[in-house]
Amino acid sequence: MDDLLTVLIRGLAQGSFYALVAAGFVVIYRATDVVNFAQPALMVMGAYFTALFRHNYDLPFWLAVLAAIAVVAMIGAVSERVALRPMVGQPPFSAAMVTVGLFLVLTIVANRLIGSNVISVGDPWGLETAVFAGNVRMRVADGWGIGLTIVAFAAVGLFLTRSRVGLAMRATSLDQEVALAQGVNVGRMFGLSWAMAGGLAGLAGMVYGSGGTGVDPTSAFVALKALPVIILGGLDSLKGAYIGGLVIGVAEAFTRANAASLSGVVGANVDVVVPYLIMLIVLMVRPYGLFGTPEVQRV
Amino acid sequence: MTGPNTLLPGRRRAVTLRGRPELYTEYGADQALLNTPAKRRFAAVLLLVLVVVPFFLDRDLNGLLTRVFITSIGAIGLNLVTGYAGQVSLGHAFFLGLGAFTAAFLGNEPTGSLRGLGLEMWAWLPLSGLVAAAVGAMVAPLAARVRGLYLAILTLGLVFVGDHIFKEMRTFTGGPGIGRRAAAPIVGGLDLYRRQTILGVEIAGDVLYYFLCLILLLVLGVAARNLARSKTGRSFAAVRDRDIAAEVMGVPLVRTKVVAFTISSFYAGICGALLAVMYGTIVPENFGLLLSVDFLAMILIGGVATISGSIVGAAFVVLMPRLVQSLTDVLPFISRGGGGGALLSVDQLQGILFGALIVGFLVLEPRGLYGLWLRVRNYWKAWPFSY
Repeated sequence: MDDLLTVLIRGLAQGSFYALVAAGFVVIYRATDVVNFAQPALMVMGAYFTALFRHNYDLPFWLAVLAAIAVVAMIGAVSERVALRPMVGQPPFSAAMVTVGLFLVLTIVANRLIGSNVISVGDPWGLETAVFAGNVRMRVADGWGIGLTIVAFAAVGLFLTRSRVGLAMRATSLDQEVALAQGVNVGRMFGLSWAMAGGLAGLAGMVYGSGGTGVDPTSAFVALKALPVIILGGLDSLKGAYIGGLVIGVAEAFTRANAASLSGVVGANVDVVVPYLIMLIVLMVRPYGLFGTPEVQRV
Repeated sequence: MTGPNTLLPGRRRAVTLRGRPELYTEYGADQALLNTPAKRRFAAVLLLVLVVVPFFLDRDLNGLLTRVFITSIGAIGLNLVTGYAGQVSLGHAFFLGLGAFTAAFLGNEPTGSLRGLGLEMWAWLPLSGLVAAAVGAMVAPLAARVRGLYLAILTLGLVFVGDHIFKEMRTFTGGPGIGRRAAAPIVGGLDLYRRQTILGVEIAGDVLYYFLCLILLLVLGVAARNLARSKTGRSFAAVRDRDIAAEVMGVPLVRTKVVAFTISSFYAGICGALLAVMYGTIVPENFGLLLSVDFLAMILIGGVATISGSIVGAAFVVLMPRLVQSLTDVLPFISRGGGGGALLSVDQLQGILFGALIVGFLVLEPRGLYGLWLRVRNYWKAWPFSY
């Protein structure tokens, strides 16, 4: 039972990270109808800048995290302005390919900045583990990750539902032309969405790198698992991103915990593909996900 | 030699309508692949150059050209499903890997824990294409259920699942990081990748393989071009442009998509098997997501829904590293090595250029290099009265 809870918490933490990356996907998809494949690269950037501000500029950890979030948000906004704004009105596939190009460029930049070594984000938790309720173990960093994710989702949710700008963003995602006619600066909303997604990716980078894991440029491929998450939760649903993230994270953690007994049937390291298998099944059964809006085809 | 399937327009027309190259009196002449004298001349010159050139080039340049031919086959395959049929596939690398490992399994003798059948190339090459096609046909009905971005994400999942399968089927693939030797291109006891004496003439192995790949590209390229202007090809285009309208007009949607995926996978399988020979040793890691992105970049840069564009795009993507490398002598801020004091290394510059080119072409010229060529051609066609 204790082992089960330990695995569950580990899964929730991993899932929280996926959820954070997925939230960036959702925010951008809602605003611009683009799936942003560059999101994982932004995540790596977030971890890099956290480490940079922490180690090179000696900022306190929380300040470093906030600064990194701000910088990555800016990278997001600039990418939108330079690469994505000219794609407005183009087919969604072209825009998605532009983000793939962006992904390549950002990954190379990250490669250049980080090199081949693993960098630590300089979090104060390290490898600390807390033991409670008998024998349930939890990494302190995991606890922070789970908590921060809830805070981030709450903040984004409140911003979207309660603030004037959030209202404008929702109007944009509903219908760009109507929003434009109502005096919403649609272009600014696009930029803002990308900035928000960048900020979330920055935070995700910190969460991923904390707890002694560290980040290297190939971590971007781990963050790609946010794609199964958004398919499971629904491309345009924040709630879906959160719940989907947790489901995928927990499923992965349990497969990893039972890897030994599974390896005879499906091979080792099957936990790496479990998210994608779930995604394939969801796409077959319910392509718009648990909470997504079903696609309406006009004839 | 009548009907739209002729390569050249009818001989009669050429005689009677000299000086009026674009006046077509028959449907067949209009639909011919090389329907203008300029195209015929250009094709003949290009073919002649390609036949002569391997005898004068270095071994590595020959290899590079051979690689262009092979990747062109794969790019044509992807263009059939993505460009012509409009089904965006990020799963191309999986089918390439499938072809490569099938070829390695069929073409190698069993060694140690690795299985093999020790067949010759005339068996393993078509079979590797057919196995990839069969798997493609199995996956396609699932893929036919979703469209657009969902399809892209589904095929992306396919790459990761395929990667796992390659890594775990150790008796076939050798496992992650280890891999296995690619099949040797042996036909009738003749290894086409080694120096051979044919009819008393000694020919280097790379030249032999060059010609093999060139012939395969010609055959498969013409086949794809013919497919594109057949009933099947027109149904591809109908599905791409508006799937519901196509269905209403009687184009079977699922069957068309399955056919597109199957043929595309066949091309990918052949490409993978041939490419593996050039790699020497293949590991599962060769066939990851980035390879799929490479192929998508080829057709985006070259030109979506054009066969010649696929070839130009493949040439561009394969030759670019070499071009960038020769740039290092000119530009001081690029270093050859990994780190160094310079601003960028060759690999990094290449990656950035690659990403920037994808973005640049999509933003500025969505028809790719082929579109650029059309602009240039149309400008000079009407010169000096161009506008």
